[in-house]
Amino acid sequence: MKPIFNEADPIELVLRVNGTARTLRVPPMRRLLDVLRDDLGLTGSKEGCGEGECGACTVLVDGDAILSCLTPVCQAEDAAITTVEGAGFDTVRREFLEHGGAQCGICTPGMIVMTRAWIDACRRDGVEPTEDGARIALAGNLCRCTGYGAIVAAALAAAREGSA
Amino acid sequence: MQSNIGRDVARPDGPAKVEGRAVYVADLSVPGAWFGGTVRSNVARGVLLGFERDPTFDWSRVAFVTAKDIPGENVQALIVDDQPVLAAHAIEHFGEPLALIAAQDEATLERALAAVRPRIEECTPNFDPELSTRVFKSIRIEKGDIDAVFDALPVGARIVEGVYRTDSQEQLYVETQGFVAFPPDETGTIKVLGSLQCPHYVQKALVRCFGILPEKARVVQMETGGGFGGKEEYPSVLACHAALLASAARRPVRMIYDRHEDLAVTPKRHPGRVKIRAAFAADGTCLALDADVLFDGGAYTTLSPVVLSRGTLHASGPYRWPNARITGRVVATNHVPYGAFRGFGAPQTCFAIERVMDRAARALEIHPYALRRKNALVAGDTTATGQRLEWSVGSMEVLDAIARSSAFDRHPWGVARQETGAKRRGFGLSFFFHGAGFTGSGEALLKGRVRVDLLADGRVEVLAGSTEIGQGTNALFTAIASEALEVGALDIVLATPDTARVPDSGPTVASRTCMVVGSVLASACRTLRERVASSAGTTWRERARTFLLAGGDGSVTETYASPAGVRWDDATYTGDAYPVFGWAADVAEVVVDVDTCEVDVVRFFTAVDVGRALQPRLVQGQIEGGSLQATGWAHLEVVTTKDGRFEQDRLATCIVPTTLDAPRFEVTLVEVPYPHGPFGAKGVGEMPMDGGAPAVLSAIEDALGIHATHVPATPERILALLEKSHEVAAR
Amino acid sequence: MRVVIARDLATALAALGSSGPNARILAGGTDLVVEMESGRTRPDLVVDVGRVTALRYVRETDSGLELGAGTTCTDLLRSPVAHRHADVLIEAAREVGAVQIQNRATIGGNLATASPAADLVPVLFALGARVRLTSRRGSREIAVEHFVSGYRTTVREHDEIVEAVMIPRRPRAECRAFRKVGTRRAQSISKLVIALAVGPRGEDARIAVGSVAERTVRLPALEAALARDPSRSGIEAAVARSIQDEIRPREDVRSTVEYRRTVLGRLLVRMLREALVTGDLTP
Repeated sequence: MKPIFNEADPIELVLRVNGTARTLRVPPMRRLLDVLRDDLGLTGSKEGCGEGECGACTVLVDGDAILSCLTPVCQAEDAAITTVEGAGFDTVRREFLEHGGAQCGICTPGMIVMTRAWIDACRRDGVEPTEDGARIALAGNLCRCTGYGAIVAAALAAAREGSA
Repeated sequence: MQSNIGRDVARPDGPAKVEGRAVYVADLSVPGAWFGGTVRSNVARGVLLGFERDPTFDWSRVAFVTAKDIPGENVQALIVDDQPVLAAHAIEHFGEPLALIAAQDEATLERALAAVRPRIEECTPNFDPELSTRVFKSIRIEKGDIDAVFDALPVGARIVEGVYRTDSQEQLYVETQGFVAFPPDETGTIKVLGSLQCPHYVQKALVRCFGILPEKARVVQMETGGGFGGKEEYPSVLACHAALLASAARRPVRMIYDRHEDLAVTPKRHPGRVKIRAAFAADGTCLALDADVLFDGGAYTTLSPVVLSRGTLHASGPYRWPNARITGRVVATNHVPYGAFRGFGAPQTCFAIERVMDRAARALEIHPYALRRKNALVAGDTTATGQRLEWSVGSMEVLDAIARSSAFDRHPWGVARQETGAKRRGFGLSFFFHGAGFTGSGEALLKGRVRVDLLADGRVEVLAGSTEIGQGTNALFTAIASEALEVGALDIVLATPDTARVPDSGPTVASRTCMVVGSVLASACRTLRERVASSAGTTWRERARTFLLAGGDGSVTETYASPAGVRWDDATYTGDAYPVFGWAADVAEVVVDVDTCEVDVVRFFTAVDVGRALQPRLVQGQIEGGSLQATGWAHLEVVTTKDGRFEQDRLATCIVPTTLDAPRFEVTLVEVPYPHGPFGAKGVGEMPMDGGAPAVLSAIEDALGIHATHVPATPERILALLEKSHEVAAR
Repeated sequence: MRVVIARDLATALAALGSSGPNARILAGGTDLVVEMESGRTRPDLVVDVGRVTALRYVRETDSGLELGAGTTCTDLLRSPVAHRHADVLIEAAREVGAVQIQNRATIGGNLATASPAADLVPVLFALGARVRLTSRRGSREIAVEHFVSGYRTTVREHDEIVEAVMIPRRPRAECRAFRKVGTRRAQSISKLVIALAVGPRGEDARIAVGSVAERTVRLPALEAALARDPSRSGIEAAVARSIQDEIRPREDVRSTVEYRRTVLGRLLVRMLREALVTGDLTP
């Protein structure tokens, strides 16, 4: 976390995270990732790079996957934020365990959140989930352990199973 | 009760990971902890004269630590005592740690770091290993008489030569390095918690740095987000730094590297240069091999002697060479010290020998698959060190398997094909082996220990220094223990690797966790089972409780014993280099864009002899993950230095494969059981790293007709090779 | 550092109007936050326009397509109107980073950042796009290639905001193409970005290239040569001359001069051949 993001005077804002509204007093440019991890104790979202290159910090904002390390908290107000600790990931979690999609686990929260965003997008757009589609959706999430095969298999299985 | 050998058990760490509950060091909440940072050299070589500290900054608000504040020895304990914890005088590489600062918050830390300027007298650095005069280690392996062969070649024999280079590679664990250190408590014990592979290495480092007894240095492993060797030795550096600051500040200190710092200063794969001159008979039989290996070790010894050892021991490949001379040197330069990364010297030399085999195949007009088959070591053969291969030699089995899965034996490799359009397809093979465990007498010296304790409720706790870093140690030990005790997976509890509790099982490296530590674990469990067997009760838990109530000793500690007959001579580098080898063959299918020379690895076939796949899903995970690291290195992962600095010091520029860069994997597990491994298992973690690069470059050769000799074969390098070959053709 | 969270354009313009040159506009944050994290930028003022809904729209107009500056790549991908009018912009939007970046990166941001490696900028050049700059003093519209003036530099005054990008209606017979060569297949900074639009007989060509200079550039000599001789051999000769005369690619951490030069030449030939073959043409 770079101090520059905390320089401006704190403002009061309301964040809706995993269905709960929280009132916070934070510097407006404070990274959403730091608010989630340090202020709200939701350490499931991870910092792999702080540059928006690894996807480990992925959260959902109104259902869209974004990088919380690149999102100032002031921009997350008025939106429903879902982190890996939230609800609606049971099927995805189960498939990741079933397929060996988590080895060291550090990319896993981002992968799970991104998988859910992809499944939701497929449903919304009436698109059939395919392996290629899963790979494109997950292309912004780096994994160094698995070679991606197990992750893609898990994502596809979750997509084909029913509601996530 | 169903056996857990060959049947996947649930990962004990799985649920926490998929729920985001797993606690990595950066997730720790440590109230009152200060933040630590490092003052580093911005030149590659020089003399530290002192520090200029801006007097307008209030230095009383921070802890400032330099070499003179080190309570014990200013030595980063590893193999040779040449690396300081903090530079006192000589500066040998860019980014070398000079001083440490801890502050209450990150803003103060940032201001303090900006307020200090080290005064350095610059000296001329050397970055060229060929010009280095300081040799960390040199090795010579000799078998037969290569000069006799080269001086009097049989009729029809061919000489094949080449110089092969491999660039450095970044481990790119997605969790950066980090520690939280606590100041000495009332007993004088320092405690550190961090991301690491080897808690006892860190303990040894703290012992030297602080001049304390091992019991006073407590090291606890947090959930670790990948290591791949990158967290073998460097955590010792970071732990010492964090502990020094905690001690000076008298407060807990967090030192978590950001990605930029991690990329800039932590050890990476040794860059290598291998020169080979080899003689083949007309029918393709390997006759003589002359190989010279040169590794850039960077500024300090770190693990370089062992990396060179493994590199030279694999330089001849899995082939029968009646005559061989392998010379090797790892030398000092003013680069950031290079260190451990999966494969540990073998990927560099495996690359070279496999490219030579392809070159020989072309020269002799023999199919590259047939050439491998013809010369593959089999049981009863001797290696370049004179080791007679006895156990678990799956060479033919993996070659059979790769032919079945990929049909590469029937592919017209290297034959120019009529193709139009913007793409060219190619297939390439590699065949390789990898010694499991520490070299020679290494395991005997390590004396890795495991303890199992019978708990009051009848469950059994496994206490080992081996760490879960993603490879599946937790699930594996659960499977082995439950099998050896004849209990269920839920009867097994795994202790967190905490030096206050667990014995030193040796480091989590060298593909030894299953084969070596696993076998000690199995043995200790069998001992415990036998002790409890005669107690009254119908279930294990009943018998266990009876046993304990009767005052039985439910604690068993056992030490690894090398199999009998393993003989190694370190002075002559002859004998049994490793107790057993793993064997594998890869076939890469690539599609190359003729305009841009971009390479897509579309499919990757691999056949791997692991002795016995105790946990198939874990083994498959290691093979796929390791193979992707290898194919990434082959054509995509550029790591270069300029004036001693890594040019790729941000994740935007340090590239590793994404989902769209990864091939579809087709893995065939082959089992040729190893009698001295637990239930027949051998090591597997590193081996997949050895074959990907030569297979990919062989496939590029098949597609384009060019013989790339430099890893990574980037589009820029491929283009340059194509232009050169057109120039030659045009002449 | 001050932060103004604007919920309407007027608030944003007022804040910018009273700021100095060290003010930054925060839209998607995918560039600004990275610049701040790396220490390359330390703004005095950040004007957050992320919630100014008036800046986020995709609209068919009489003259073509108008995109609010706050339109994200994902907005483009999801817009049937954008697909109809600017197919090649959709292709480029698909290659920006990965999904998470596309959900946030805005067209205004990509343009105003003016990175030489920007993925969308060459497309806007090729489509003859114009940009509307607005401040408290009023609005002005200029061609995008006059907007981008140098390395990460535009003619935007510090009190102006990019309000909209206007893409003129494309001629029905026009052929358009886009190609990005990156360091890997996703989430990559470009080594080369090419966007072109050309009439079926080689007329009215607009060819723009990124990552070969300090800013995205057009290739006017090549454009003129195509109009004169759009045959296969004409294309080859024109491209070869253009590579020689019109561009001076750099060497950087991602690629070499030789690679950029050679590959750009090959891709231009291929793309132009494919574009002109679909038109009504005698080779």
